Amino acid sequence: MPVSSCCSSCKPSSIGKKVVMALSGLILAGFVLGHMSGNLLIFQGEGAINAYAKWLHEHTGLLWFSRIILIISVLAHIWTGILLTLENRAARAGGPATEATRQATVGSRTMPYSGLVILAFLVFHLLHFTFRAVALNGVDYGDNVYAMVVAGFSSKAVALFYIVSLLLLCLHLSHGVSSVFQTLGLRNERWRGRLDVVALVYGWVIALGFISIPLAVLTGCLK
Amino acid sequence: MVHGKPAHTGETTLALKLRVWRQSRGVPGHFEEHALAAVPTSASFLEMMDMLNEQLIRAGKDTFAFDHDCREGICGMCSMTINGMPHGPLPGVTTCQLHMRNFRDGETITVEPWRARAFPVIKDLAVNRSAFDKVIQAGGFITARVGSAPEANNTLIGKVVADEAMDAAECIGCGACVASCKNGSAMLFVGAKINHLNILPQGQPERERRTLAMVKTMDEAGFGNCTNYGECQAHCPKSITLDVIAKLNRDYLRARVKEFFSSTGKPSKGGD
Repeated sequence: MPVSSCCSSCKPSSIGKKVVMALSGLILAGFVLGHMSGNLLIFQGEGAINAYAKWLHEHTGLLWFSRIILIISVLAHIWTGILLTLENRAARAGGPATEATRQATVGSRTMPYSGLVILAFLVFHLLHFTFRAVALNGVDYGDNVYAMVVAGFSSKAVALFYIVSLLLLCLHLSHGVSSVFQTLGLRNERWRGRLDVVALVYGWVIALGFISIPLAVLTGCLK
Repeated sequence: MVHGKPAHTGETTLALKLRVWRQSRGVPGHFEEHALAAVPTSASFLEMMDMLNEQLIRAGKDTFAFDHDCREGICGMCSMTINGMPHGPLPGVTTCQLHMRNFRDGETITVEPWRARAFPVIKDLAVNRSAFDKVIQAGGFITARVGSAPEANNTLIGKVVADEAMDAAECIGCGACVASCKNGSAMLFVGAKINHLNILPQGQPERERRTLAMVKTMDEAGFGNCTNYGECQAHCPKSITLDVIAKLNRDYLRARVKEFFSSTGKPSKGGD
């Protein structure tokens, strides 16, 4: 078999790439729901969130299993995102001089941009609260996650960056969650409107759930 | 400028400013501006283009090349992006069925070819859509016994299935889906063509082979990937819906799984 034909048969198909994007997106969308639910324990007080953090760190196996799945999902999502964006730009050949849009939502048209901001946010967020390397003024909070979060969001700029990024995550999810169903072939015109609503509600629940924490710190509800 | 109501017909006419794409093969194109007066509102868009070409001929200039054939909305030949919209501002119709009453007097109308890498410009507004032919050649057919016509009631097809197949078969292969897609994707076309065969009993023998081959050919032709914008369904002159894309995705996944676990016809080496 000549090399070229082998390469072309190994090359992922357009639908294959979309399925990788959908499945990795599904895992990540599920993860943010779990992450948000855990975070909301902060409103039950210092003891609840710190106990939850301690419980997570005691179950190293579970923690690392989730982390590996998430790292693979993030890499797959970024890889297919870059590939699809570049290929689609090239296939469009510049597009018409006057661009008209009838149906495409703002969310769908800004996926690469909202995705890039979310990626930048992810890097910052990991450096902030996981590696604790930035924006904490070098204070070691140890096991006191509650104190770390309150201190972390006491900076208005940091809290604002979180809020803006999470609103963009809402926009990203409003197209992404609904698209998962289409890409996996589990959608029709009867369900498209309903699934779009589900995706929008899901995006807002996630965004508002997360945003409530920096907002509570900024307004002095969490001290 | 001639517009208003001429006394002899009583029909409203328009004076238009046209920005039309001019391009020769392999050379970058540009817009040319022309004024066209006395366009009857009952004229179709293609008749308006004929008027423009007649005006150019009278002036001894080169005409604009554009594709057209039946002029009754069923052949899929006409292909113009009008003010950024494939087939123009009226949803659910082809360019030939778009009439000038949908435009205003004094309006500037921008006319461009389909814009997609897979549809290179031949001249002016005419593009090469043979990429679609290649997709059809890869699997848009069924195996049928050659001979006398079979008894029509031998294979019973339920009304719902027949309707669904007919909805997909309405696709005239014009390429507006590709031209309207912000990714230059042909998924609506391929979805329609795969579906109208895959959901009928006659299409079952080649179902998996057809799906895999047509998607592969589509990818190789340089079309983009679907990202669920939905612009294709909003611009399709036959109002084909995203349902065909969802079903294409489903059939493709099914075919890949079946292919992955297909029998090689031989026992594995070193097996028990």
